[in-house]
This record gives sequence, structure tokens and C-alpha cells, in this order.
Amino acid sequence: MSTTIERSSQYKVIGKDVLRPDGVDKVTGRAVFADDVHLNGMLHAKVLRSPHAHAKIRSIDVSEALKMPGVRAVVTSEDFPPIPEGIVKEEGAAFFALASDKVLFRGHAVAAVAADSPHVADEALSKIKVEYEVLKAVLDPREAMEPGAPVLHEKLNPMSFGARLEQHSPNALQQITSMGDIEQGFREADVVVEREFTTKTVHQGYIEPQSCVVDTAPDGSVTIWSTCQGPFRHRDNTADLLQLPQNKVKVIPTEIGGGFGGKEVPYLEPMAAILSRKTGRPVKITMSRSDVFEGTGPACASYMRVKFGAKKTGELVAAHLYFCFEAGAFPGAPVGGAVGIGLGRYKIPNQLVEGFDVVVNKPRTQPYRAPGATQIHFATEGVVDELCEKIGMDPIEFRLKNVVQEGDRNVQGVPFLRIGGVEVLEAIKNSDHYKTPLEGPNRGRGVALGFWRNGGGMSSCSISVHPDGTVSIIEGSPDLSGTRTGIGMQAAETLGIPFEDVRITVVDTDSVGYTMGSWGSRTSFATGWAAIEAARDVNLKMVERASSIWSVPPEEVEVSDGTFYHRDDGSKKFTFKQLAARLNATGGPVVGSSVVDPTRGVGPAFAANVVDLEVDPETGKVTILRYTVAQDVGQALHPGMVEGQLEGGTVQGIGWALNEEYFFDNDGQMRNSSFLDYRMPVALDVPMIDTIIIEVPNPGHPYGVRGVGENNIITPPAAIAAAIHNAIGVRMTDLPMSPGYVLQALWQQNGH
Amino acid sequence: MIDFDYAVPTSLSEAVSLMGSNGGSARMLAGGTDLLIMMRAGRRLAKLVVDAKSVPELNELSLTDSGLNLGAATSCKRIWDDEPVVQAYPALNDSASIIGSVQIQGRASVGGNLCNAAPSADCTPTLIVHSGVCTIAGPNGTRQVPVEEFCTGPGTNVLQPGELLVNIKLPSAPTNSGAHYLRFTPRNEMDIAVAGSAAFVQLDESKQNFASARISLAAVAPTPLFAKAAGDLLVGKPVNEESIQQAAEAAKAVAKPITDMRGTVDQRIHLVGVLTARALRKAVERAREA
Repeated sequence: MSTTIERSSQYKVIGKDVLRPDGVDKVTGRAVFADDVHLNGMLHAKVLRSPHAHAKIRSIDVSEALKMPGVRAVVTSEDFPPIPEGIVKEEGAAFFALASDKVLFRGHAVAAVAADSPHVADEALSKIKVEYEVLKAVLDPREAMEPGAPVLHEKLNPMSFGARLEQHSPNALQQITSMGDIEQGFREADVVVEREFTTKTVHQGYIEPQSCVVDTAPDGSVTIWSTCQGPFRHRDNTADLLQLPQNKVKVIPTEIGGGFGGKEVPYLEPMAAILSRKTGRPVKITMSRSDVFEGTGPACASYMRVKFGAKKTGELVAAHLYFCFEAGAFPGAPVGGAVGIGLGRYKIPNQLVEGFDVVVNKPRTQPYRAPGATQIHFATEGVVDELCEKIGMDPIEFRLKNVVQEGDRNVQGVPFLRIGGVEVLEAIKNSDHYKTPLEGPNRGRGVALGFWRNGGGMSSCSISVHPDGTVSIIEGSPDLSGTRTGIGMQAAETLGIPFEDVRITVVDTDSVGYTMGSWGSRTSFATGWAAIEAARDVNLKMVERASSIWSVPPEEVEVSDGTFYHRDDGSKKFTFKQLAARLNATGGPVVGSSVVDPTRGVGPAFAANVVDLEVDPETGKVTILRYTVAQDVGQALHPGMVEGQLEGGTVQGIGWALNEEYFFDNDGQMRNSSFLDYRMPVALDVPMIDTIIIEVPNPGHPYGVRGVGENNIITPPAAIAAAIHNAIGVRMTDLPMSPGYVLQALWQQNGH
Repeated sequence: MIDFDYAVPTSLSEAVSLMGSNGGSARMLAGGTDLLIMMRAGRRLAKLVVDAKSVPELNELSLTDSGLNLGAATSCKRIWDDEPVVQAYPALNDSASIIGSVQIQGRASVGGNLCNAAPSADCTPTLIVHSGVCTIAGPNGTRQVPVEEFCTGPGTNVLQPGELLVNIKLPSAPTNSGAHYLRFTPRNEMDIAVAGSAAFVQLDESKQNFASARISLAAVAPTPLFAKAAGDLLVGKPVNEESIQQAAEAAKAVAKPITDMRGTVDQRIHLVGVLTARALRKAVERAREA
């Protein structure tokens, strides 16, 4: 394992591997996760889930469950107020209020029981009698788009991931974008490759299951301890569903044991709030692993058809991308995002992208680390690899020829600022890995390029200066990946003080301004920017204070690197600590605050991979031999943790590529809802990963920061498919490329 | 999980009498790596859980001139920690060191793996090819059952209500013999066999011909399978790739797998051939080193 940084800037705090403040608590077990919260008189609840993929609920009889000793309350959809049209439905959150007339997937929550112990609650579930009228289920997106397919909803909400989609058919929404003339484009092409691809449902696989403790006070106000990525979305959805004012719902985010997009919505909190209201006692619900697999949102399965045309000199001239994302029981697959980035990494003058958001009787999907991008890149990079083979061009040279650069326009017509596509490709090309020939039978090498837009959005922050010169920062972004550290470093850099003088805390929804959730690779970028602005506010107020102490106009006082000084009079000078000591006696403390919404400065980013692997021709098993990832991170705030992001995303991508899948039977029942049979990689399945951290500073951010967390999962399936092709000569077009599938492909190749 | 009673007997007679109480709904607990998970999932019910770890006979691990006495509750870790046992029965070490993970091997027992009666059990084929014999104690005394007759279906075995597995005895390995177990799993750890194969071979004095052979398969039938015909056809044959492939084909012929989330019928039958050939090659290598 090696880590290389190609560094372009130098700061005092940023870019150093400081000690992360949450590290010791996490390794010693002191850190408080949601399931660690214990309140006096707390009850435990369990959720009854639908055994059918599609059924009408005729009746629910909870009387026998309520008679059980130790059972305190039961909640069903009837306990929720009617949901006003358009409020929560826009968030796709209506179903957190439990199934009412229909269940739409196996695992759909129908009722919940609160009892003195989790075991009593569990047993009570078996006493709830639900009468179902089983309906025909539809489990494949292409079938769901056919006329006559079972219809899940009377009406589909057209809002998906912030984009408005068009109705296509009863179960499908669509979004289409185009540029140029693809028919003309394909006529100009010397080589055309067209293929179909599929990917299966996969789960984010966070270690900590969903868990919450909810306490409803006699006045109806609700306090929620929850493992969540976006406490404000949890608050707003819960307030909507319970018809409460937003200031009567407080969400306290606990430490979070992984999210990756799967902990953005409140599966449990609204029902726990009602159970708490009914009993007057706090209620805890913690999911089992099978609850997590069957009752939360995995990443969408997909069907994709890709056609690319290129000149024999390597220029891409036309592309048609058609894809169906399987949304699960409610619309909301990441179609809009995938339409935007699907072809975004290459200059293709003529293109047509058709995306479909298709409901089927499976769990409602949620984002997973670069939602939609991994599927699309598997297909489109697969076709690019084949084009390279057909025109006999090195796959890196081909990509260098076509990759977008500064000034090229994205699919919305906006020109890119400085971006690092060329840099990541050059880094792979010049890596020791790529320059070392791979030898031996059944071995192959693959490369792929990934592109991700990254996110911006609203964040708030405030900073209090203490008399001893240390500061406390409060912010509202749950720390999934070390963001607390990177955000605190940006504040320390701006204040010109050491990181050790900063204490940073993620607080509840009453204690900080609105902050969007920790998703979309936005946290270090946007909440970091909020910390910069709050620190600038502190600097401004401390300049004013110095000027009043010195009785000079504030414009004569300057600040640099944590030193406040008079621009002409060298005797007038305070260090940050000296001035902090004077604050309380000269007008009171200084608190800086900020609200930002930096959508314009978001820096898209690239990652490139090279992988070597070996296929066992007798079993179809793929062994990864060597893996190198190069990613443009703008500015590595904390290189150690950035390296961790690159490795972690790559490992998840390897899992998606080789073994992970929901195995559904014909009735829509998941047959492998445990970590034993849902095969995420274990340590022995992945090699040490070499990382090359590329810093092409984002011109849109004060410190050049780009999102880091998602880009790294995008490329591994495509790179691995290319390597398998080079090893055994077979094009793999379906994920996962599990041993059984590779074996079948080999048998087909040998006319078995 | 429903409330249950828990008892820790300290003698075999006490364990037998506890297992006979409670109308036969008592369950033995060794490592608990299968039992507790199944109880949580509601797939096994027990009013009484009887802990095996304080009964001396169930925890014996002794190597004598006549062979190995393997107490039913002996953990996998105790096997791979015991150098003389590993030397004498390397295939048992192969099995014990691939179940679950290192942490699970510290709890999981070979006897529990057998009693759990999963078709995919990694220890059972090895016990079969080593001609293991089970000692079973119950209200009516003790009886002996060859390992290959112990499992009766997925999750079921010959134990009658009130009976428990005391130990498995393996005869000492003859000269010029070797054995190997391997399985196929997509992951390299924490996985269940898609198929597995154990082979035991004894070579003649020249080490060029098979004197005897036993082959047993995992995860390709309702129980761990003793592929007797596949081993028998090697007797007297020269050690070469042709003989090995014939045995592998014979093993494939007796495999009766199903298609499920872990693999398909075709894949599993194919793997039986691949794994059996690999197991035989390694067993021969060990026999020649012995």
C-alpha cells in the first residue's frame, strides 16, 4: 500500500494529519450511538413487516397483542393523522407512516409494538392478525413498464431527487435530455458499440443498523435521538407526518456507524413518537440486520442499453444511453442525477439520454454513495473499453482524448471551471502499477474513469471564543467520515489558531441553523465553508474589539494568521489569545455565525482506477491482485482520512462488482437478508489499495475543497469488468460478476 | 427470542438427565454459533439450554496410538492450536480453520458443526473420510454411529430426544496416507460452502498406487455425502491425473444439489469435480510426504 499526494498548495493547518477528535471515543467504546441511549422507563418496540410483496390489507387486529403482559401500546397507520397532499409526498416519505390500504413490498412496515422488553415486543408481533388479499407483484422494471403490468400507485409523484420527471406509464416516470443529432452522429462514426447491461439491488451495508429513541412530552413535543445523516430532514418529515410545528420536534443526531445514503430518511422515528405519546414513556426501536435489508432503502437495480460511436482516431461522436432504475415501491431512484452525469465526463457532440424511474414491489431504494453513477459507469465505461479494443487504442489515451476539461460545457450548457480529469488519467498512466507489465495466464488489467458532480447546499455554523483563546464550534452535519475534523481545520486555518485549540461538536436541530444532511459529498465543502464564514465573522468582530480597545477606527486594524495589529502602529498588536483574554471585560464574548448555500462553487471531480486480477478458470472466482486509485480531491483537508475515503469507496465498489446482490425469489422475498449470505467483501477479499491523491484546487471554494466521499465507488465495477475481459476474453455485462456468472460466461465461450 | 432456562452440568450423567428432562425440548449449547442465531431467528425453540462446556467428556481432546478422541464440545481453535493433532490429521485442521472467522473458531465446536447437520458443514466430510465414529449417550446408555450415518436431512440427525453427542473417535491414520478438505466460497472468509470435498487416500508402499480412498462432499445433497463409489474405484489404480479425474466424475455422479442463493445445480456439480480432483491431489501430496 502506498499513498502519493500531488500537492499544489500549502496551509498551516489544512493538509496535515491532525488527531481526529472523535477517534479515542470510537476505539474505546465511549462514543454514544443511538442504541447506547437509555432513558428512564424506556420501552422497546419492534416492527411488524409485510410477508407479501404486494397485497391489500383487509384488516388488522391488534387485540391479542395488547393483552400480552408487558405490551404497552401498538401503532398502525390509523394512529397517524391524514397526510396532506404534497407535503411529505414530495420527500417520498409517506410510507414512514406505516402501510394503510396496501403493502407494496415484502418488509413494508405495517404495525409496531412497544413493550417492556424487546423480546416481549417480538413475541407480541406474532399475535397481531393481519388479513391480506395477495395481489400480483411486479419485480422487474422492464415488466413494470409493459402495458397490463400490476399497478402500484394511482398516481406517481413526479418529483425525484429535486428533478421533475414526466409520467411515462402507470409505473414509470422518465427524463430525457439530448444534444446535437445522434442519428447524424452515428453516421459519422467509424466504430459503433451497443450493449445491454444489468445490475442487481445492493445495500450500503453500514455496520450500525437504524436505531432511535423517541420521547414525547405531555405537551406533544418530541425529542428524537437518532442515527441519521440529515437531522433536519428527520425533523421535517416527522413534523409533517405528525402534523406538529417544526419547533416541537428536536432531533439529536448520535454518532453514526455508517450511512452511505441509507440513513437519510426516518423509517422508525414517526412510529416511535406515536408509541411514546400513547404510553407517556420513551421508546427505542433498533432494527435487526434482516429489518435493515428488507425494510430500508438499498441502491437501485438497473437495466441499461448503451450505444457509443467513435472515429477510428478515437474521438467520440455520438452516444445513446437508455436506462431504467428500479425505484422500489415508491418513485425516487436517482434518475435526474444519473441523466446529468451519465455521459458528463466526455466531450460527445451528439447525445441522447433517456432515464426511467420505475416502481416495482421491492423495498423503496435510497441513495448509495454517488447514487446511480456506479451503475451508469459500469455500462458506459464497458462500452468505452470495447471501443478502445475495436479501434486498437490504449484505454488511457482514448480517455485523455475525450475527457472534458476547463471551458467545456456540461449537459446543462454550463462551462466547467478547472477540473482534474486529465490529471487523474495522467497519474494512472505514470503510476508504477500501470508501468509494470502484468504477466501470467488468466490475468488481466483494466482501467476506468469516473465522474461525479458533488453537492453544495445550505449549512450553518457558529463559533464561540473563550477567554483563554480556545474556541468551540457547533455545526449540524452528522460526522460519517471525519468531517468534524476537516470542518474544524478550515475554521482553525481561517482563525490562524492551532487545530488543538478548536473543539467542534455536531449539535441538535434546536441548537444550530438549518443544515442539509451529510450526503452528496457536500459536508466538508459546504459546512466547511460555513465554518470559514463563521470564523471570518469572528475575525471581523475581534477586529472591531481591538479597534475599540485601541480607540482607533476598525478599518485601521488588520488580522493575519491569528494576529490582530494596527496597520501603521507596530506597538498595537494582539495575538488571538491576548485579544480573547480581553473580550469579556471589554463588551462581552465574541460569537461568530454563518449561513451558507454555496451551490455555485461546487467542484465536480474525477477518479481513475487501474486494477490487476486473476480469474480461476475452473471456478470462475476473481482474485484482485493489485489496485490503484487516483482521485482529484481539490484540496486534501486531512490526507489520512482522504486516503481512507478512497480505499473505502474502492472496497465497496469491489463488493458491488464481484459478489453483492439481493437474491429475490419469484415472490419478491429476499433470500439472503444476512451478512452471511449477502456477501460484502471481507479483509481477505481485497488487496492493499494504492492511492494517488490529486489536488486540483476547486476555484469555487476558499480552500479549493472538492467532495471526496463518493467518486471512489463509481469506477471499480467498470475497471474490474475490463480486467476480466483482458484475463479471459469475455465481456461481462451484468453485476455482480460472481463466480457462478463468470463460470457460465466461460462455459458459453467454450460452447459448453 | 423466547425466554429459556439455562443449565451448566458438570458431569456426563447430569447432562444426560438434563437432556431427558423438559419433554425432550432441551438443546445442547457448545459454542452457540448456530444455536443462538437460530433461536433468535425463531428457527429453533428450546425451553432448556444445556451448556456442554463444563462436562469433561465433551471437552476431551486426546491423541493416542489408537487415534483421536474428539470431545463434542471441542472448539475449532483447540484443534488448530494443537500441533500433534494438526500433524496427525491435517484435513481436520483444514476444516477447523475455515469455519466462520478466527473469532467464531474460538467458540464453534466440531461436534456442534456435526449436530447442526447443515449439508454445508465443513468438518463433517473430513470426519467421514477419516472413518469417524460418534459416541452417543442417552437415557438408555451409549451407542456408536458412524459419522456418515449421523445426519438424516438438513438440520436433522439420529439423536433421539434426550440423547447427546459425547465424542467422535477417529482411528489413527495408516502409513502412507493423507487427507485434505477444501470448499468453494465466493468470499475468502465468513462464508458458507457452495460445495466442498474431502478426500482421504492411502497409497501402497511404492506410493505410486492407491491402496484405499474415501471421498465425502459438502453442500450438494440434503446431508453431508459419503461418496463411497468414488473412493472405491481408486483402489489399485495408479496415482495419475486420469484416475483422479475418474474419481472426480464419480463424485459428480452422486451429487444431488439444489439451486439456491449460494449456487446453482450446474455450478455445484461442476465444482464437485474441480474440488474433488484438487482434494485428491493434495491428499496424495500429503501421503507422499508422510
